[in-house]
Amino acid sequence: MVDITHYLVLSTIVFSIGVVGVLTRRNVIIILMSIELMLNSVNLNLVAFSDQLQDPSGQVFAIFVITVAAAEAAVGLGIIIALFRNKETVNVDEIDLMRG
Amino acid sequence: MKARPLYLLISPFAMEATLFYILATMLVVFAILTVTAANPVRSAVYLISALLGMAGLFFLLQAEFVGAVQILVYVGGIMVLFLFVIMLVSVREVETQRRANRQWKTALVLGIVLSFELVYFVVQGADVFRIDTISQDLIIESQTLNTETVGGLLYSTYLLPFEIASVLLLVAMIAAVVLTQKQL
Repeated sequence: MVDITHYLVLSTIVFSIGVVGVLTRRNVIIILMSIELMLNSVNLNLVAFSDQLQDPSGQVFAIFVITVAAAEAAVGLGIIIALFRNKETVNVDEIDLMRG
Repeated sequence: MKARPLYLLISPFAMEATLFYILATMLVVFAILTVTAANPVRSAVYLISALLGMAGLFFLLQAEFVGAVQILVYVGGIMVLFLFVIMLVSVREVETQRRANRQWKTALVLGIVLSFELVYFVVQGADVFRIDTISQDLIIESQTLNTETVGGLLYSTYLLPFEIASVLLLVAMIAAVVLTQKQL
């Protein structure tokens, strides 16, 4: 059995990659994909603890996280399509309607 | 004396560790490629590979239901949706544009600092997560950690969250339909 610390460190690394993606990229679609990556790394944590404690609640929580991720992706991509229709761009630093 | 098959020479522990490291490497490499790729289509394909690696890790953790849901929902549903949107939203000149925004250096440094901080605390607090901190009879009691147990839990203890999740999905569906209307 692989030690749970390995899974936690792996999940941390993937989460940080997602954070860097959200903070550095200009393309909204790639930012959304980085958010999916972060949500998934949290799932890895939940499932690893579920295996460690032999308690299936962690897996149920992971399924809920996947549900929320699906809802978030649907709404987020809808917003991106509406945005592209109005502004003709998907770059976040060109969308500055509220800058005043 | 008959020669033993090759797979018997590898102990189950070494097998699990090897699989873990292969899947972990795959996951990290494809995650980095997702974040750095210039073309969003490539980024999406790399993310699919990363999610498949994650599903493999779920299988390794004996969470076969979550792994299957991961492949079906993420790879089969969400990522196809992403690819559709990438096709709808023009990607003609996107490869020649700047990939990163202006604050990318600060953000990269902050991300690396965050990573080291989190890894440091996880490694420092590793003793808290050890198996001997929980009682042994708890483990023997719940030997059958599989789809059946997860399904039973989903329809008994977590029934209300389950219903709320279904309402959330309905709301998201309506929102997606409303948001993509022409006259918005």
